[in-house]
This record gives sequence, structure tokens and C-alpha cells, in this order.
Amino acid sequence: MSGTKRPGSAKHPGSESTPGRMDPFADTLQRLREAFVSGRTRPAKFRAAQLKGLSLFLQENKQLLQEALAQDLYKTAFHSEVSELILCQNQVDFALRNLHTWMKDEPGAKNLMTQLDSVFIRKEPFGLVLILSPWNYPLNLSLGPLVGALAAGNCVVLKPSEISKSTMKVLAKVLPRYLDQSCFAVVLGGPEETGRLLEHKFDYIFFTGSPRVGKIVMAAAAKHLTPVTLELGGKNPCYVDDNCDPQTVANRVAFFRCFNTGQTCVAPDYVLCSPEMQAKLVPALQSAITRFYGNDPQRSPDLGRIISQKHFQRLRGLLSCGRVVIGGQSDESDLYIAPTVLVDVKETEPVMQEEIFGPILPIVNVRSLDQAIDFINRREKPLALYAFSNSSQAVKQMLDRTSSGNFAGNQGFTFLTLTSLPFGGVGQSGMGRYHGKFSFDTFSHHRACLLSHPGLEMLNNIRYPPYSDFEQKLITWALGSHSCTLL
Amino acid sequence: MEREVQRVRAAFGSGRSRPLTFRRRQLEALRVMVQEREKDILAAIGADLSKSEFNAYSQEVITVLGEIDLMLEKLPEWAAAKPAQRNLLTMLDEAYIQPEPLGVVLIIGAWNYPFALTIQPLIGAIAAGNAVIIKPSEVSENTAKLLAKLLPQYLDQDLYAVVTGGVEETTELLKQRFDHILYTGNTTVGKIVMQAAAKHLTPVTLELGGKSPCYVDRDCDLDVACRRIAWGKFMNCGQTCIAPDYVLCEPSLQDLIVQKVQEAVKGFYGENVKESPDYERIVNLRHFKRIQSLLEGQKIAFGGEMDEATRYIAPTILTDVDPGTKVMQEEIFGPILPIVPVKNADEAIQFINEREKPLAFYVFSHNSKLIKRMIDGTSSGGVTGNDVIMHFTLSSLPFGGVGSSGMGAYHGKHSFDTFSHQRPCLLKTLKREGMNQLRYPPNSQSKVDWAKFFMLKRFNKERLCLLLLTLLGVLAAVLIKSTATNTTILSSFVGESMTSCP
Repeated sequence: MSGTKRPGSAKHPGSESTPGRMDPFADTLQRLREAFVSGRTRPAKFRAAQLKGLSLFLQENKQLLQEALAQDLYKTAFHSEVSELILCQNQVDFALRNLHTWMKDEPGAKNLMTQLDSVFIRKEPFGLVLILSPWNYPLNLSLGPLVGALAAGNCVVLKPSEISKSTMKVLAKVLPRYLDQSCFAVVLGGPEETGRLLEHKFDYIFFTGSPRVGKIVMAAAAKHLTPVTLELGGKNPCYVDDNCDPQTVANRVAFFRCFNTGQTCVAPDYVLCSPEMQAKLVPALQSAITRFYGNDPQRSPDLGRIISQKHFQRLRGLLSCGRVVIGGQSDESDLYIAPTVLVDVKETEPVMQEEIFGPILPIVNVRSLDQAIDFINRREKPLALYAFSNSSQAVKQMLDRTSSGNFAGNQGFTFLTLTSLPFGGVGQSGMGRYHGKFSFDTFSHHRACLLSHPGLEMLNNIRYPPYSDFEQKLITWALGSHSCTLL
Repeated sequence: MEREVQRVRAAFGSGRSRPLTFRRRQLEALRVMVQEREKDILAAIGADLSKSEFNAYSQEVITVLGEIDLMLEKLPEWAAAKPAQRNLLTMLDEAYIQPEPLGVVLIIGAWNYPFALTIQPLIGAIAAGNAVIIKPSEVSENTAKLLAKLLPQYLDQDLYAVVTGGVEETTELLKQRFDHILYTGNTTVGKIVMQAAAKHLTPVTLELGGKSPCYVDRDCDLDVACRRIAWGKFMNCGQTCIAPDYVLCEPSLQDLIVQKVQEAVKGFYGENVKESPDYERIVNLRHFKRIQSLLEGQKIAFGGEMDEATRYIAPTILTDVDPGTKVMQEEIFGPILPIVPVKNADEAIQFINEREKPLAFYVFSHNSKLIKRMIDGTSSGGVTGNDVIMHFTLSSLPFGGVGSSGMGAYHGKHSFDTFSHQRPCLLKTLKREGMNQLRYPPNSQSKVDWAKFFMLKRFNKERLCLLLLTLLGVLAAVLIKSTATNTTILSSFVGESMTSCP
């Protein structure tokens, strides 16, 4: 089947939908494919225009977006700025500044045989890219990948999460106006529609969400041999050493745990510390929470709400694990869960079995750094790993002896703000990465190119059979003593 | 199977494979193995593909030795942490990317270059600090048996294991969990591998195939072009994933190409190709019969002789080939070269783009603008202009496919990176908590402005600026806590000082 006509030039873009069933996506995908084939998205000028369009979208609709984010996730203006708008703007600006450099062919090192040739890696768009984004940072996690896909010259289909309804509406109605609509489309729907969408062939799929759905996406991609980047999740451990200042640690941990009401893929999920440390940490955490959100956090404008009933119920269930020492209150009518700390938690309890994704922080006791490392290594590789200690040795040990998507010492997830660091998971927390140049590279095919000098055939005669004894010896000698390969 | 994988995983868990000295030793042991057992290796490859010792050496062994040497030389550099540029928010922190091994890697080898295509990935996996399970192709039986015997003799037996067997064993193996799978083979099995990997969220590198087109322009050195095409096509009896699969050219060139390829073939293999020690055989009867069937109804310009007993197929050229016929529907993987006439380069580009993206694209022309146009207008795993195959030989170039010809790449540093997790690390101290006041709730508009300032500006290394900004940060935090109005004064002051910093 490898040489057969590629779908896309003919009627159907690789759809295998059952006959007689309306395929709501066929036309859109066909249109985008044709636009890609036409070459529209390749020139730097076009790509820069798209990126500028994104920039304008962010600037002209700031209030609209802030309102949408407030409606979906109770994000305050400040939150929206620092966790969504600024980060998006950053990515767009960075891409615009570096687009031309990124698009350039990367020269490659030559060997003896190819000294006179032209050797380079050409960055090419894949073609039709699908971005599936989640509800917790619905703007940032849609636009972030989008920046990379557009910069790399692809046509893009964006399917934002239907759970963050208001943001979804803005993305569907307003965003396309700022982009070339022959090369970009937003499609909407829930799990069923996404399933049908995934039956189609894409040239790249970028998915942010849970490992469970990640498997479904990858299995669907396998049918078409579509490469994927999966930004998933897990339980991000947060080790707190005995050698530290409890209040400073508590500030940082509480802040990053409760940010966006705990609905962050890289939030510290649970704490590992000694019973002695726990005794100091708990009051410090209470102090931090009171300082941030007041005595009645439900009244604080800086604490958000849970996204949906379903997640609220799930989190409420977790409140009965272990023993509540801070918070524990919930209000169904408000989808409110108080910043909560649990102790005496068992590994087998639900709160230690699933990614929490809420403002609940369980503390698990360990007696030493080694025990903490063993605990972590027994479990799936997390998306982020945190270690708090005054001793840089302890931090380094934790880093060296574990694996995770990302690592932060004495810090929360500020690494997300650095465009110079790749953001992605490993193992169950994901595959592939993006942000900054890594986005551009993710959405590009790196094509190896060797342009041989047309003349000087005399030098090549040595590679052709038949090989006399002398020639064999010569070739073997010439190639054996250097690190170049083949004739 | 499960026990074997668990054993290897436990070995990885011990941490033995991580120190650079250990990885070095293993790579050096591999080198010794290749040198000491060269005769056995060449004999095995020879038995599998009827390949002369010299060809086996120059096509496979040299590649492997070169890769080992490169890995040994570059290992310290590639395994070292790479510092990353910081922003103002993180200017006093340490930010870097640390390469780490993934864990247990599965390498599924192919039969056409049974030694190189199994060992070259292995080299990268070892260098990156992983444990490895190697599953050589059962089709190249002799090499598989040899690797199963030799590797445990030279490498750490717990960290690197060879598993042999056919479809059944491979299916069982794929049910297990790995941290990366590199598969070399065909598209159909590629899909099966990726689906199996999806169950465990295992990342994959798939080195597949396709029909690699070769466009021959009117304006080119036809002698040289045909000789190079013949060399790349008939090497290993056409059983090369990046062999020029078919030729596209203007109708007027067909006869000339046939003539010159024929001349080249005679030059390479003599009058009686069957007698030449440099001409290989088809690997097995199944592929022999498959290739045989591709000739049905075709116009054979020269060649076409076959001998089932020895699985010999003569170098063959077909002319005026109809794109709808069988020979143009699947990767040939044999010594048959169809020529499909096209009007011009544009039609060639269209022809290529109507098909699946190939693993390699070749174009012969003196006109560099035309070459550029054809590269720009098509997509493929790799490209060689005015030659064939050669882009494979440069370890600085990533070797891999796109679309149905594969995903991911390896060779040289690309191998090391493929088998590593590049882990970003941000290390801060617990001191200077004062500076963090900015980020904690309760929040205010002035905090937004400051947040923008710290996150959007990029950090430059001027020490003076650093000191100034640290002070400003603390000052700002203190001021925000006290009054809101003072920040406007401060903003303009800071604005002034920022312009004076380069």
C-alpha cells in the first residue's frame, strides 16, 4: 500500500467513516488540505502574518477573554494575565522574533567523502495538524501549540475543550477572524465528535489531556502512522526535606497547589516529608493559606472554583481520605472546594491513586530522602517533580535518582515561563515537547538533505564494483581510520 | 517474555547503565566484538543475503564501527547538561536541560542490513544509558543466531538481551511495556507496533519505507547519473529502504537511461551478472515470488532473468510503466527499476505528491534552481541531489521518514537524543523569599504590571543590571505591600534605568 495514491488529492481526506453517515469534518479537512497543497502556508511572510494575527487577537480581545476565563474557571484578571494572556503573548512574540532563524536550513557536519557537497537539515511543515486542547488553561494550551504549528507552516485544525464553554466560544467565533481561514479551522464537540475526528488522517496530532485519553489518541494516530505529541499528567511529587525553612516552603507549595484551584497539570500533587517536618509544615501551610485567601477562602476573589459538577463530586470524594487538618469544606452550589491538607494518607486510598487536579494536598510520611526517592520511583514518571531543601546536595540527589518530565528545586512551576526550556512529559506523563523553538521543531519534519557536487566522478569510481583486492584494501583503510561511514 | 523484560528492567533500576564510564566500556566492548568476530559476522550476513565479505564489510560493519567511534568521542559532550537562557523572573536561578536515559528500549531489527540496522540503534541506546532488548529479524536467520550468541559474550548480560523468534514471539514481546521502541521494517507492521506502543504510551521511532522516486532531468550528466542510480538500485539486490525505487523522466530520455544503466551494470557485474561475487540474492522465496509477480505485463527493456533455485533476479529495467500497475503500487525492494515517463519536472512533482511521502527523494540535474524547486515542492524523509543513498552516510543528518515512511530519526547525535529524555531543570534557593511576595495573593493591578515586566523581558548578563534589578525587585515588592501609588513613580524610574542597560 505504500505507493498508492495519497488521500487528499482525491475526494476524501482519508476518512473511513461508515457510508450513509454524515461526516461533519470532511469538507473542512479537505479544504485545509487543499490549501496546504497549494503552498500558501510556506512563505515566511504568510506565517508571520498569522502570528501577528494571533497577537492582535490577544490584544484586541483581552477583556472578552478575561470574561470568558472568569466564567469558565473563576479566573481573576490577574490570573488570566499571568497564566494565560502573558504566556501566549510571550510565545507569539518569541516566534515572530525568531521565525526567520528557525526556518533556515541547519547546516550539517560533513565527512571526507562529502566535503564538496552541500549538507543541511531542511525544516518542513508536516501538513495538516490537529490540536486537541484541554479546559484548565483553555487559552494558553490552545494558542501555545498553535503558535508552533503556524510558525512551522502547517494548516491547523483546533479542537478546544467543550468543558471550558465560554473560552471555546471565543476561540470558535472570534479567533478565526484573525487568521487565514483557508488554512485554519476550529471544530467543536465532545468525546464522540473527537472520536470521529480522529478517524481522519492528520499529519501531526498534538494532544493535551489525561493519560487515558492520550492512549486513545495515540492508538487512533497509529492507524494512519501519524506522529504525536502527548502532554499528559500524573501525580507530581513534592519532597520537603527536614533541612528547610517551613514557612518559605509552605508559601511556595500552597501557592502552586492552589493556583487555578489546583487544576494544573504541573501542580505539586502530594508532599513527601518526615513526621517532624509535617508538624512544622502544617501550621505554616495554614498560615500561608490564610494569608493568601483570608479566613474564609470562599470569599477570596483569588481562589477559583472547580470546572464542573463531575470534577467537584470526584474531589469531594477525596476529602474523606486520610485526615483533614486544614480546610475540608465544600459547597456544591458554588463548586467550591476549600484549600485542604490531608495527613495520615495511605498509598492505596483514592487520593494517592489518581491525579488530584484540585486544591487538596495530601502529605505522605517518609523517613529519609532515600525512602522518598524509592517511593517516587515505584510509581509512574510524573510530569513535574519538586524538591525543597536548603541542601543543594539533597536537591541534586533527588534530581539524579528519579525521572520526570520537568524538575524544579525549591520552586514551583515557574519553569513554564522560560521559552528556553522544553516542556513535555516522559513515560505516562507524555511524549514530545514544546515551548519556544521546541514548538517549531515539534511541528516540523526535519528533512536530511545532501546535494552532491555533480562533477568529480573520478573520486567516486572507488565505490563501484568490481572491487579488486587492492581497492578493497584501500577502501577499508581509508574508511576504517576515520569516523565516516560507507563508501 | 515478560520475565525477560522484567529482568532487564530490574537491571536498569540498579542504575548500573547510567555512569558514562559504564556506557563507554560497553561501547568499547561492542567495538572489540566487531573486530574480533568480524569473520563470523561477515559469514552470517553473507549466508543471509549471498553477500560478499567485502560488501558486507563496507555496507554494514564500517557503518557500525563509525557510529561507535562517534559515540565514544561525543558521549561526554552529549550527555552533559545544557544551560538554558533565563528570564528576569528566574535570573538568579540555575536553568538547564539534563539528558537522561529512558529506561528499557526495544529495538526490532530488519533483515536487509541485518547487522547494521540492529546494532546501529543499539549503539545509540547504550550511549544514552538505557537497557536494551534486541529483537533481530528472523528472516535473516544466520545474523539473528549470531547476535544471540555474541552479544551476551561481550556486553552486560542483564542490561542487554537478545530475543529471537518470529511473528508470534514479536507479538508477545510487544505486549510488554518499554520506554521506547525503535522499529525498522514495513508500513503494515509499523502500524501494529505503534498501536501496541499506544497501550503503554511508549514513544516510537519507526523507520519504514515507501517508493523513493528518482527524477532525472534532461540537463544532467547522464553517464554519471545512471551509474550512481545503478549503484544504489542494485546494491544488496535492490533490498535497500532508500534505494531509488523508480525513475521519472521525460520520454526522450528513457532509451538513453536504459542504455547507460545497462552499461553501468555491465561495468559493475560483468557480462554474466550471476557469476559476479558482488551481486547479492533475494533474501527468501516469498520475496522472490513477490518480485517476480511485479514483472507481469511489463515492458522489459533489459534483464528479467530469474533463477528460483538460487533466488537470483537479474538487474532489470522496465520502460513506459503504467502508474496503475502492480510494480508501482508497492515498494519494490528488488533489482527492478521501472521508468515512468512524465512531461516535465512539474508533472514529476505532482506525481510524487499524489503518493505517500517516501523515505528518500533523488533528483539529478545540473540546474540547481530545478533541484531546489523539486525539493521545495515535495516532501520525503531525506534527499540526495545528484547522487543516491549518500545522505544516509552522514551522521550529522537525521535518518528517518515522514508520513507513511516513518516517524522519528536516528544516527549520531539524533540516536542519542532519540533514546534520551531531555529533562528541563530549574533550581532555586529557599532564600530571597522577599522577591516572591510579588506573586502571592491577594492580588492587584500593580502586581500585573510587575508580572509583565518580569516575565516578558529577557535576561541579559550584565552584572550591574543584575544587581540593580535585584534591588528593584525587592524594592518593588516592599512598595507594593505599602502603597499602590508609589509604583507609578517607580515604574517610570525603572523604565529609565532599563533603557540604560544593554
